[in-house]
Amino acid sequence: MKRHQNLLMMIAVAMLIALPLWMVKKPAPGADGKEVQIFAGADDKAKDLVGIIAPSYKPWALPVMEPPSSEVGSLLFALQAALGAGFIGYYLGISTTRAKYEKAIPKTTTC
Amino acid sequence: MHIMEGFLPVKHAIGWSIASAPFVAYGLRSINKRIKEKPEQRMLLGVAAAFTFVLSALKLPSVTGSCSHPTGTGLGAILFGPAAMAPIGMVVLLFQAILLAHGGLTTLGANIFSMAIVGPFAAAAIYRTAKALKLSFGVSIFFAASLADLLTYVTTSAQLAFAFPDPVGGFITSFAKFAGVFAFTQIPLAISEGLLTVVVMNALLRFNSRELLEMKVTTVKEVQA
Repeated sequence: MKRHQNLLMMIAVAMLIALPLWMVKKPAPGADGKEVQIFAGADDKAKDLVGIIAPSYKPWALPVMEPPSSEVGSLLFALQAALGAGFIGYYLGISTTRAKYEKAIPKTTTC
Repeated sequence: MHIMEGFLPVKHAIGWSIASAPFVAYGLRSINKRIKEKPEQRMLLGVAAAFTFVLSALKLPSVTGSCSHPTGTGLGAILFGPAAMAPIGMVVLLFQAILLAHGGLTTLGANIFSMAIVGPFAAAAIYRTAKALKLSFGVSIFFAASLADLLTYVTTSAQLAFAFPDPVGGFITSFAKFAGVFAFTQIPLAISEGLLTVVVMNALLRFNSRELLEMKVTTVKEVQA
């Protein structure tokens, strides 16, 4: 039953991620003819908002290193996710195998 | 929830760093102590860190038309207590600040405070409260992880509003504006994080019930259910 529950929850997560892509419509280009960006990062939006609330504020530090392009940036993000997912998979692999062996051992000793 | 490099005034940057430092130091001590006492839990600590690595790398689209990411700190906070997540969150934030120009070193203290302190402490407190109210294992985990995620973004909004109060409406107006950017975007993502945390916890409950019992995360009754 747990497995069923997990599957349903994974489907719900996939829907939560996919639905906005379908629900949010791209607005028409503004008066300046520039295309409106959708699904930009919320962090960047907050940065723009600082510029609106406090126009005189000047950031006093710059990032140490910026990925040379968004491709390289996504490589690093993918790497971050892959390392994490790899480790979780490894651990679950060990755990399932251990559980299987523990179940098998009493059977072999009794017969 | 990453406040960009240089986007907090000097005083605020220093203030949040000083506020976060003792939590990180205490967290490191508690992790060291635990690994010395129970070396077998090292792997599970790795899982908690890995979960934060994965979730904070996933920038997901939201109904508001912008993208944001979950934090993944709830799982570790429930397993190891909230203090342990402060140094773990710091590692993730450092990685992103140095290599990805995502967040920053001057805003590291503030970002640690929202993601690696407020979130985990909220998760642990909500989990304990939900258990006290006799909610089921899954429901308790879900509320703890998703509300911790949301509260992290509420904290970021408050930090920015505190640093940049609206010239007319002050802190409250500014907070409403930043929360409009962060907190609303985060609602569906927080639900996703809650569900994913339950999925991983279900797997741990099934295959690692011995560890969870030892860590007092769950009870014998729930393992047998």
